[in-house]
Amino acid sequence: MKSLAVYLRRYRKESVLAPLFKLLEVVFDLLVPIVVAQMIDVGVENNDKPYILGCFLILLLMAAVGMGCSFTAQFFAAKASVGFAAALRQAMFDHVQTLSFTELDTLGSDTLITRLTDDVNQVQNGLNLGLRLLLRSPLIVFGAMLMAFTINVRCALVFAVAIPVLLAVTFTIMLVSIPLFKKAQAGLDRVTGLTRENLTGVRVIRAFCREAQSVSEFEVSNRTLTKLNEFVGRISALLNPLTYVLINLATVFLISNAAVQVNLGGMQQGQVVALYNYMLQIIVELIKLASLIITLNKSMACAERVAGVLQVKTSMAYPAESSDLADGDDAVQFQNVTFAYKGAGAPSLRNISFTVKKGQTVGIIGGTGSGKTTLVSLIPRFYDADAGRVLIDGQDVKSYTREALCEKIGVVQQKSVLFKGSIRDNLKWGDENAADGALWDALETAQAGDVVRDKPGQLDFKLEQGGKNLSGGQKQRLSIARALVKKPEILILDDSASALDFATDAALRKAIRGLGGGVTTFLVSQRIAGIRQADQILVLGNGSLAGCGTHEALMESCAIYREIYFSQFPEARAAYAQVGETPEGGKANG
Amino acid sequence: MGKAAQIKYRLSQNNSVIILKKLFRMIGKYKIILGLSILFASVSVILQLYVPILFGSAIDEIIAAGRVDFTSMWGYLRQILVAVAASALASWGMSLLNNRMTYRIVQDLRAQAMRHIQVLPLSYLDRHSTGDIVSRIIADTGILSDGLLLGFTQLFSGIVTLVATLIFMFSKNFWITLMVIVLTPVSFLVAKFIASRSFRMFHRQSEARGRQTALIEEMIGNQKVVRAFGYEKRASDRFAAVNEELRQCSQQAVFYSSLTNPSTRFVNNVIYAGVALIGAFLIPGGALTVGGLSVLLSYANQYMKPFNDISSVVTEMQNALACAARIFDLLEQAPETPDADGKLETVRGEVDIRNVDFSYDKSRRLIENFNLHVQPGMRVAIVGPTGCGKTTLINLLMRFYDVDSGAIDVDGRAIPTLSRHALRSSFGMVLQDTWIKQGTVRDNICFGRPDAKDAEIIRAAREAHSWEFIERLPQGLDTVLHEDSISQGQKQLLCITRVMLCLPPMLILDEATSSIDTRTELQVQEAFDKLMQGRTSFVVAHRLSTVRNASLILVMRDGKVIEQGRHEELLAKGGFYSDLYNSQFQPS
Repeated sequence: MKSLAVYLRRYRKESVLAPLFKLLEVVFDLLVPIVVAQMIDVGVENNDKPYILGCFLILLLMAAVGMGCSFTAQFFAAKASVGFAAALRQAMFDHVQTLSFTELDTLGSDTLITRLTDDVNQVQNGLNLGLRLLLRSPLIVFGAMLMAFTINVRCALVFAVAIPVLLAVTFTIMLVSIPLFKKAQAGLDRVTGLTRENLTGVRVIRAFCREAQSVSEFEVSNRTLTKLNEFVGRISALLNPLTYVLINLATVFLISNAAVQVNLGGMQQGQVVALYNYMLQIIVELIKLASLIITLNKSMACAERVAGVLQVKTSMAYPAESSDLADGDDAVQFQNVTFAYKGAGAPSLRNISFTVKKGQTVGIIGGTGSGKTTLVSLIPRFYDADAGRVLIDGQDVKSYTREALCEKIGVVQQKSVLFKGSIRDNLKWGDENAADGALWDALETAQAGDVVRDKPGQLDFKLEQGGKNLSGGQKQRLSIARALVKKPEILILDDSASALDFATDAALRKAIRGLGGGVTTFLVSQRIAGIRQADQILVLGNGSLAGCGTHEALMESCAIYREIYFSQFPEARAAYAQVGETPEGGKANG
Repeated sequence: MGKAAQIKYRLSQNNSVIILKKLFRMIGKYKIILGLSILFASVSVILQLYVPILFGSAIDEIIAAGRVDFTSMWGYLRQILVAVAASALASWGMSLLNNRMTYRIVQDLRAQAMRHIQVLPLSYLDRHSTGDIVSRIIADTGILSDGLLLGFTQLFSGIVTLVATLIFMFSKNFWITLMVIVLTPVSFLVAKFIASRSFRMFHRQSEARGRQTALIEEMIGNQKVVRAFGYEKRASDRFAAVNEELRQCSQQAVFYSSLTNPSTRFVNNVIYAGVALIGAFLIPGGALTVGGLSVLLSYANQYMKPFNDISSVVTEMQNALACAARIFDLLEQAPETPDADGKLETVRGEVDIRNVDFSYDKSRRLIENFNLHVQPGMRVAIVGPTGCGKTTLINLLMRFYDVDSGAIDVDGRAIPTLSRHALRSSFGMVLQDTWIKQGTVRDNICFGRPDAKDAEIIRAAREAHSWEFIERLPQGLDTVLHEDSISQGQKQLLCITRVMLCLPPMLILDEATSSIDTRTELQVQEAFDKLMQGRTSFVVAHRLSTVRNASLILVMRDGKVIEQGRHEELLAKGGFYSDLYNSQFQPS
C-alpha cells in the first residue's frame, strides 16, 4: 500500500490543496447556521431590516466563496487522482515488461489485465473521492459539534454523546455486512458459473438426458443465493431506521435541554434553531461518510492487489554486458538439464543432455505433456534450468544480455498471436527497421507470400485484434514470417505449422532448410512426417530424453519413437513385424 | 462513472407498455408485498416530513427566559418520539419487503430461464453467444429487480415526499414556498448543463479507455510474444502515448462531472438564504414563527432530494425496462417441438436415413438428399474437409436439430415418434469440444450414470486410459476440477470415460481423440474398438488412420456423400479419399 504513495509524490501539492480547499468550504457551510441564528436573535428580535439584509448578503457571499473553494478542490482532486492513476498504470505496464515467464505464469495474464484496468480505475475513484470527501464529512460532523460547544456547552454534550454512538452503530452494521456481501458475491459467481456451464454443455446435458438434474442443481445454488442476499439485506436494512431513531432521540434530548437553558436565560431561541440545524447537518454527513467508507474500502482492496503486482520481482537477472562471445561449432548444448515449473510437483525435464551443431535441423517429438515446449523454452532463456546448463555458442545462456539473446533467437510459439495493425506493423516486430524487401523475403520463406498478395493493400492490410480476420493457417504462416524477419541464428518452430495442409507444410520446411547463413532450426512436432528428415531427432517421454539420433537410427534403437511412428503409419507395423527390419514406410510413403 | 460506462437500452413507448403489462402479470404473487411496500413507504415518508414540523412547534414553545411552556413542549416531543419510532419501523418494514420481493423475483426469473434453456431448440442457443444469454439471466434480472421494482417504490416515495413537502411548506408560509418552487428549476438547469457538458468528455474518456484496454489486452495478454521479440520497450512507448491521452481526457471528465454537486449546492444555498431573508422579514409581522422558519429552512435543505431521486429513478427504470425486454425475449422463445412418448425397448442399432435435406441457414443449402442405411453393429466413419457437414449429421441423429425434409429411422421407427430422452440415451456421444462441469472428477465421469459404484468408475477409467492421470491428482476421484486444472487431452479422456461408464447401445464419436497424442490415442482406440464391437457407431475423424477399420467410410464434401465404401475399396478407387489419405502420410 505504502509503495503506491511514490506515484502520488508528483502530485503532492494537489493532494494537499484539494482537501484544504474542501476544508474552507466546510468552514463556510458551518458558519451558515450561526448567521441564521444572528438573523433571528438580533435582526428579528430588534426588527432591524438592514441587519437582516446584511446577514442575507453574507449568506450569499459565503455560498459563492464556498462554491469557488469547492471547484478548486475538485480540480486539484481530479488532477491528482487521474495523474496518479496514469503514473501507476505506466509503472505497472513497464513492470510487467520486466517479468520473466515464471512470474507471468504465476500471475496469469487475466489477473494482470484486470489489475491494470479495473483495479487501477477503482483506486483512482477512491483517491478522488477520498481527497474530496474524506476530510469533508468528519470535518462537518466534528465541526458541527465544536460549533455547538461555542453556542452552549451543556447542550453540546448531547452531540458529544450522540456522535460516537451513531458512528459505532454505523460501523458495526457495515463491518458485519461487508463479509456477508462478499459471500453473496461468491454465491452469485456460482449461479453465473452454472448458467454458463448449462449453455456450453447443452449438447452433453441433452445427450445424457440430464436436463432435470441440471435444473435442480441450479435451483439449489439459486435458492442459496437468495437466502444469503435476504440475510445481508435484513442486516443492512437496519442502518437507516436505526440512525434515524438515534439522531432524533438526540434531537429530542437537545431540545428539552435547550428549553431549560433558554428558560434560565442562558440561551436564545435563534441559537436553539442553530443547534437543531447542526444536528441535521450531522445526519446527512454521517450517511455520506458511511457510503464513502464502503467505496474507500473497495479501492483499498484494489490498491493492495495493484501493489501486489508491483511487488513481484523478476526471478531472472541478466548481466549488464555479454561476456566475450566464443565462436565454437556448437550452436546449442544442454548439459544435464533438469527443470520444474514453479509450483509443479514433478520436474518437466529430467537430466537432458544433447549438442546441436551450427546449421543443423533438430526435430523434437513426444506425447502430450512430454516436455517438448519446455525444452525449447529454455534455449531463449524464457525459464532458467534448475540444474545443469544451457549453452549457446559455447556460452552459458545466463552470460548473455537480454537483448543479445533476444536478437540471436527467433521463436514461433504454438499459439500464433498477431496484433491489431497492418501486416507490415506485425512483421516489424521482428526488426523495427526492416525494409519491405526483407519483409517479402520472410513472407516467401514462410509460404505466406501469396496470402499477403491476395489481401487488399498487401503489406498495409489491417489485421483485427488477434488477427481474427485471418484463417488459422494464415496466422501461423505470418507468425513464422515475423520470426524470420528477425534473421535469427537459431530458429525455433514450436508445433507452429499444425494448421497448414501437408503440401504447404512440406514446402515451408524445404524453404527453411534453404535459408542461408547456417541457421540452426528446432522443429517441434506431433507428426513424424514433419521431422523425419531432421539431422537429429530428440524423442521425449515424460520429461526424459528417450532417444536422440536420425530417423533411421531411432527406428532401430528407440521403442517410443517406433510406437509413435506406427501409430501414424499403421501399415508399416505389419511390414516391420513380417520383415523384422527397418521399414521404409511402405505404401504410405508413396 | 460506472453509470456512464453502462450500456443504455432504449425502448419505444409502445413496447414499454406491453412489457410493463407482462411484468405485472409476472409479479402477480408479489402484488400484496408490492402494495404493502408502497404503503409503508408513504407512511414512513410522511412521518419523516412531519417530524420537523413537530420540532418547529416545540421550538416555538421555547420563546425566551421564563417564557418556556414545558407542558406543550413535552407534548410535542412525545409526539416526535412516536412519529420517529413509527417511521423507522415503517421504513425498516419497507426494506424487508422490498428485499424479499426483489430477490424472490430474481430467483423466479432465473429458475424459469434455466428451465427454459433446457427445452430451447439448439438453433436458438447456437445462434446466441453464451455471454449474451448469461448476461440476460444474471445481469439483466438483477438490473430489472433493482431498477424497476425498487425504482417503483422509490418513485412513489419520491412523489409522496414532494407533495407532502409542498403541503407542509405551504401550511407554514405561502410566499416562501412559492419562491422555492420558482427557483427549483434553476438547480435543474445547472445540473443538466453540467451533465451535457461532461457527457461529451465522458464519451471521449471511454473511447480513450477503450483504446488503452485493447492495447493492454493485446500486449499483456501476449506478454510472452512481446518478450520473445524483445518488444518491451516499444510496447511501453505505445502504452505511454495512450496513457497520456487517457490522462488528459479523464482529468477533464472527472473534473467537469464533479462540478455538479458544488453547483447545485450553491443554488440550494442561495435558496436557503432567500428563505432565511423572507422568513426574518415575516416573523415580526406574525406571519411566521421562529419554529416555522426552522421548519422551512430544514425543508429548503432537503427539498432537492426528491427531485434528484425521481429523475435518477426514471432513467434507471427505462434501463430496467429494456433489460426486462431482453429477458422476456429469452423466456418467450418457442421451445422445441413437443416431445413424443415412443420408447425403444432393446436397441438393435439399425439406422436408416432417407432423402434428408437440412441447412442451418435456409438461404444456404447444406445437406441435400442424404441417404444412408446402417445395419446393426456397423461402424460408419465420416471423413471430409472442414465444413462439409460431418458434425451436422450428428446434430440430426441426436435430434439436436430436426431435418427440413426426409426421414431418419432408428430400428425402423421414425425418430420424431420417439421421446428425445429415449433416442438420446441410446447413443453415447463424445465431442471434440470437451465439456467438463465444475465439480469433482467423479461427478464428471458419473454424469450419465449418477449411481455408478467406484469399482465401475475405476474400470471405465482404466479402459479409457484416464485412470493413470486421475490417480496422480491430489484427491483422486474427489479432486475438484476447474476450467484450467487439466489439459485438453486429459479432458478428452474424461469425456471418453464418461461414455465408457454408460455402455450405450450406439456410439457417436466426433473427433473424440483429437487432443490426445498419437500413442495414447492408439490405446484409447483399442478400448473403443472393444466398445464398438456389436454396437452401431458413427465416427468423425481428421486423422484417417483412426477410421481405417470402419465397415463403411462416407467421404463428404459440401453436404454430399461423394464416395463411400471400405478403406481398401476407396484407396483402390483413387478418388478424393485416396488423395486425402496419401497427402496425410506424404513425407517431405
